[in-house]
Amino acid sequence: MGTASHNIATQSKTLPCEMTLENLTEFPEGRRVLTCIQCGTCAGTCPYGELMQYPPRRIIGMLRAGELEKVFTSDSLLECVACYACTAKCPRGIDLTGVLLPLIKEQVLLHLPVMPAELQKALENKLRYGNPMGESPRKRAAWVKTAGVPVRILSEDPRPAEVLWYVECYTSYHPRGQDNARATARLLHALGIDFAILGNEEKCAGECGRLSWERGLYNTLMEYNMLVFAKYQFKMIVTSCPHAYDAFRYRYPIVGFKYNISPVPPFLAQYLPQLKVLLKRKLGYTITYHDSCCLGRHNNLYEEPRALLQAIPGVKLVEMVHNRVNTICCGGGGGGMWLDTYYKTKGIERLSERRVKEAIATGADVLAVACPYEVSRFEDALKVLGYEKKMVVRDITELLAEAIEV
Amino acid sequence: MAGNVWVIAEQWRGQLSEITYEVLALGKELATALGCDLQAVLLGHNVKPLAASLGKADSVLCLDHSALATPVAETFAQALMPIIRARSPQAILMPLTNVSLGVASLLAEELGIGCVNFCRDVRAVDGSLQTRSVLYGGKMEAIVKPAQRPAILGILPGVRPPDEGRTETVPPVEDVTVDVQESSSIRWKRYIEPEIGDVDISKQEVLVSVGRGLQSPDNVAVAAELAEALGGAVCGSRPVIDQGWLPLSRQVGKSGVVVKPKLYLAAGISGAPEHVEGMKNSELIIAINTDEQAPIFHVAQYGIAADVMDLLPALTEAVRSRKEVKSHA
Amino acid sequence: MKIIVVLKMVPDVVEELEVAADGKTLDSEFLRLIANELDAQALEEALLLKEKYTGTVTVVSLDAPEVDDALFTALAKGADQAFKIADGSGALSTRAGTYRLAQVLSTIQGLLPADLILTGAQANDDLDGLTAPLISHLLRLPQLGIVTKVSVDTAAGVATVLREFPGGVRGEYEIKLPAVLGIQAAEKPPRYVPVAKVLAAMKSQAIQSVPAPPVADNGGSLQIEEMAKPEVTEHAQMLRGSPEEIADQLCEILAARGLV
Repeated sequence: MGTASHNIATQSKTLPCEMTLENLTEFPEGRRVLTCIQCGTCAGTCPYGELMQYPPRRIIGMLRAGELEKVFTSDSLLECVACYACTAKCPRGIDLTGVLLPLIKEQVLLHLPVMPAELQKALENKLRYGNPMGESPRKRAAWVKTAGVPVRILSEDPRPAEVLWYVECYTSYHPRGQDNARATARLLHALGIDFAILGNEEKCAGECGRLSWERGLYNTLMEYNMLVFAKYQFKMIVTSCPHAYDAFRYRYPIVGFKYNISPVPPFLAQYLPQLKVLLKRKLGYTITYHDSCCLGRHNNLYEEPRALLQAIPGVKLVEMVHNRVNTICCGGGGGGMWLDTYYKTKGIERLSERRVKEAIATGADVLAVACPYEVSRFEDALKVLGYEKKMVVRDITELLAEAIEV
Repeated sequence: MAGNVWVIAEQWRGQLSEITYEVLALGKELATALGCDLQAVLLGHNVKPLAASLGKADSVLCLDHSALATPVAETFAQALMPIIRARSPQAILMPLTNVSLGVASLLAEELGIGCVNFCRDVRAVDGSLQTRSVLYGGKMEAIVKPAQRPAILGILPGVRPPDEGRTETVPPVEDVTVDVQESSSIRWKRYIEPEIGDVDISKQEVLVSVGRGLQSPDNVAVAAELAEALGGAVCGSRPVIDQGWLPLSRQVGKSGVVVKPKLYLAAGISGAPEHVEGMKNSELIIAINTDEQAPIFHVAQYGIAADVMDLLPALTEAVRSRKEVKSHA
Repeated sequence: MKIIVVLKMVPDVVEELEVAADGKTLDSEFLRLIANELDAQALEEALLLKEKYTGTVTVVSLDAPEVDDALFTALAKGADQAFKIADGSGALSTRAGTYRLAQVLSTIQGLLPADLILTGAQANDDLDGLTAPLISHLLRLPQLGIVTKVSVDTAAGVATVLREFPGGVRGEYEIKLPAVLGIQAAEKPPRYVPVAKVLAAMKSQAIQSVPAPPVADNGGSLQIEEMAKPEVTEHAQMLRGSPEEIADQLCEILAARGLV
């Protein structure tokens, strides 16, 4: 098999009939959008609801009135962080975040008079380098050298593996993400799991391109990734990034993706009995766990992360005021990761700061997370609010690895 | 017979640029090694008085003409052509700056030869010249032996310390007749001064950047004093801007401005990747942070593990006294 | 208004560049090329001028790996035509490449004369010359470099141009058309183009390939003796002492670089 094109897909085949704003009514989920009763629960539950000129309710109103153009030319959708809060609460069960909002955002992208520079750069980098940071693809597996345990890279050793561990961008490149990567590698190794990674062949799964506006980019990444998967044999994919999980579970099936897929926490939770034996070191932390939007609200994976944390000796778990389905997004989704300056110029409070205040209020010393965006966002927020001596942020994997006697 | 080494002296708006002295220092070295004279070539209008500062050269060729009053690369190249043909220098060192950019290329084409750009060093090895030129944004260096005569070399700023090109000696000056006309296609109109308003940090040569290590907004003034002493501006990392200690236009980093100044002094900045992304290509990075393990020390050339508030005032004081000494010299 | 944009592919410095076994050239195994950053600014400026004054934008490049992506992207952004000049002899230096390009421009029917030829003020591989002055010399057109603003009086056949000087000062010039401009920055940042649009351009538009006979430039080809990575320090040199002692050391370091 030849190498897949670096940049733009060489075969730009149209995907099997995809939903658009024009053919909405030909799909059940599309028809469901039009059953909206205009109750406004979406706007009421949206973390930026009072700021948005066009929350979901109004968008559907405009759709019905044939006035969507006005929505496309406003920058209201820049405030949507794709947190699934509206979707979780909609009494009609409309998949706003997964179905309606991406279609609207796609059009907004085409109409934006000024595209926020950071977001533009992230999208361009994703296309060219397979990661939003603009780092060289050849450095994606550099963290492996300091993992402390063997990490098999399939391009170097293509034997079949039980588990393909999809590490993803932040976990591969960001120093704090790499802490997570090393911890995860140690856990998988300690559990004796036969795993391998794609290494430098891995590219962003594309979900944040989808939730933030760019269908063409998403499709290009999907095509590339499917070609890479086809090269190797593995029984399932486990991923450190809940956004990648969403991509593989909900969108990739349209291009024939059939593998079993799991995020890291529920995968590890299956091994709790073995883990408990390994978790020997007592960590006297009071921990509050932040439910990420993808794992939590979108996929109902609330208890597995908590079970993992409670398996650590000496840990006391406390809950924030808004937990589980009511969690408050860190602000990273839907492109939010690259819109901080935009929010700042508009005087909008960053969600990560709102959330960190809740975490501090619990009196915990550790804020545990399970999504790679959250670590840097919450650490940043702690710094800005002056709380970095009071609380630290740790991915669940880091805490588990710390508790394993090495 | 091998000709002389020429340095094209860069003057702008009646003042010699700092790079002129840097290139003179280099030119002197080369001329000495090659056993020939160093001549400075001064182009402009009413610029003869400036020739007195070019004493590092053995002599100055002064090309004074009204058509050379403002920098138009074509006109400068045309003015130089006849004297190059007549006097056959073996090397012409041309400063690479916003003032002189393009002259070397045009000149080379007029002469029917090539030039060598981006030289960060030039040496004479066994009677012939060898340059060390920067490529690909600094990721590679190429060693080039110019084969043509004269060797036309584009010299980057910082090639030698400017003080090495300064001297008390006043050189002999030759007025050279300039056969040039104002361009019929390009008409100079005017200079537009920068707006008084906020500073564009991406255009500053010196930046004093502050982070959370400064502890309090009141301390930003201390950093500003140092910036002023160094002739630069204050900027900061994201947390500092978020706190409102500095305006958004001063933010350096992934979400802010990307800067490449000659000096980036990072005071109380830890060096998070998002910040480093915005300043890692600065020419000289000096970092001050109480935490010796701070990642900024992997990006900086020089580091000081100390309290910012102890060091900055001392540094400002030292810089000021040095400048005073210099101006009285 | 007819505008030509000259676009050059240069090494992408995001990748680790390596020296090839010959010690003089870049190793091509992992080398990726990207459109010169300032040429992308030139393209944006051309598109803005087209929007303002109506006209056509034609992008011309020498053939090189990944040039198709760059040219289709330009077409998707709004360029009208794209030409790729076949090279066949491998990577050409700026000077040699521009000689070839200038030679070919006059053979493409209907292309010259153009009102404006825009290209980036410089590129990271311009070891032996700058594209804008080279083109201006070869086509006998006036040129200005480091340009940040362009406005055109089409009736008078003149452009008013702002050029950057040190310290934020700008110089205003009037230049007769046709002219060559080396663009430092477009008036707006290069626009984003959705990937779907580029894919559509790949389907509906074509890059025209132009064969190029080898051109002897008039001498001046550069001989690179050696190429190498510059020395890099991994960790800062730590200075120690009292604040006053450190301040003095720092002053020495700054003075050596002309900063004090």
